[in-house]
Amino acid sequence: MSTIRCDIVSAEEEIFHGTVTMVIATGEMGELGIAPRHAPLITRLKPGQVRVKLESGDEQFFYVSGGILEVQPQVVTVLADTAIRAKDLDEASAKKAKDEAEKLLANRSDAMEIAEAQAQLAQAVAQLQALERLRKNLKH
Amino acid sequence: MAGTKEIRTKIKSVQNTRKVTSALEMVSASKIRRAQDKMRASRPYARLMRQMIGHIAKANGDYKHPFMRERKDVKRVGYVVISTDRGLCGGLNSTLFRKLLAEIRQHQKNGVEVDIVAIGQKAATFFRRLKVNLVGSVTHLGESPQVAQLIGVIKVMLDGFTEGRIDRVFLCYNDFVNTMVQKATTDQLLPLPPSDTLETKHDWDYLYEPDPATVLDSVLTRYVESLVYQGALENLASEHAARMVAMKAASDNATKLIGTLQLVYNKARQAAITQEISEIVGGAAAV
Repeated sequence: MSTIRCDIVSAEEEIFHGTVTMVIATGEMGELGIAPRHAPLITRLKPGQVRVKLESGDEQFFYVSGGILEVQPQVVTVLADTAIRAKDLDEASAKKAKDEAEKLLANRSDAMEIAEAQAQLAQAVAQLQALERLRKNLKH
Repeated sequence: MAGTKEIRTKIKSVQNTRKVTSALEMVSASKIRRAQDKMRASRPYARLMRQMIGHIAKANGDYKHPFMRERKDVKRVGYVVISTDRGLCGGLNSTLFRKLLAEIRQHQKNGVEVDIVAIGQKAATFFRRLKVNLVGSVTHLGESPQVAQLIGVIKVMLDGFTEGRIDRVFLCYNDFVNTMVQKATTDQLLPLPPSDTLETKHDWDYLYEPDPATVLDSVLTRYVESLVYQGALENLASEHAARMVAMKAASDNATKLIGTLQLVYNKARQAAITQEISEIVGGAAAV
C-alpha cells in the first residue's frame, strides 16, 4: 500500500508525525480524504476531527479547532489552531486588549502609586531608625 | 554583650534572606527546562509555515499580500513589547526597555510616531508613564503562555497595519541564547522580510480552497502570531535564566556577608569575655 508522510503541528506542540495511508479532515468547503499522490492543495479547516489511517490499519483521531491543511507531493501538513477562531471572537479579544491599555492609562493612580508609596514609607522608617540609633549613641 | 546580640540578629536575618533567594534560584532552575521544551515544541509550526508561505509566494508571483508590501513613507511604527510579569530577574527588563527607549527616541526625532502594545506587567507599568501611545496590553500570561492569550493584542497591531495607520511593526523581546546570556532583540514583524533561502525549487501550484488571497491571509496572520508566541516563550526562558543567575549572586553575597558578620561576632564575644576576666582578676587583686 502506498503511503504519505503526515505532520500535524500546532503553534504550541507537535501533535502527530508519521507515515499514513490516508488523512481525513473537515475543510472549509467540505470533508476531505487525502490519499497518497493527491494533487497539491491548500485549504482552511473547520473545527473538527482530523483522522489519520496508519499503515497498520489503525486510525488515530485528533481534534483541531480550525487551521490550515496543505498537501504537497510527498507530505501532508496540518497546521492546527489551538483556539477557536472567528472574526467576532478575534475582535472581542482585540477589544479586550485595547480596554486593558485604556484602563492602565486611566487609573495611573492605583498599583503603581501604592508601590511607590510603600517604597517611600520603607525609606522613611529606615531613616527614623537610623536617627534613633544616633540618639542612643549620643546619650551613652 | 550589647553588641553581640545585635550582630546575632543581623546574621539571622541575612540567613533568612539567603533561604529565600536560594529557594527562588532552585525554582527558576527547574522552570528553565520546561520553558526550553516549550520553545523547542513550537519551532516546527513556524518552520512549516515559512515553507508554505514561500511556496504560495512563489506560485503567485503577481499577487502580493499587504503584509509583504514594503511602504516607503513611514509615519508611525508599532512595537510589540514582551516583558516579564514579575521582578527579581536582574536587569532583564531594564536592559530591554533601555534599548527600546533609544529606538523610540530615534523615531520621535525623525518625526515618526510610536504605538506600543505591552505584553507582561512590567512593560505595561513602564510604558504608561511614558509619552507613547499605548494601544493594547495583556498581562499575566503565566508559566505556559497560549496563543489564544495573544490573539487580541496582535490583532490590534495587524488591524492598524491593514488600515494604514501603522507602517511598520516590530517585536521586542529577550532572546534566550543560553542560561548566562539573554539578548534584548528587536525583530521586524511587518512587513514580513522577504523569505530568501526558504523557497525550495518546485514546479507545481496548489489547488486553493477557497482562493489564494484568503488562504494567504489566514496563513500570514497565524505566522505573525506564532512569531509573537515564540518571542513570548523566549522571553519566559530568559526570565527564568536571569532570575536564576540573579538569585545565585544574591545567595553568594549573603553567604559572604554571613561569614564577615560571624567573624565580627566572634571577636566581639571574645573581647567581652577577656574584659570580664580582667575585671574579675582586677577585683580579686584589689581585695
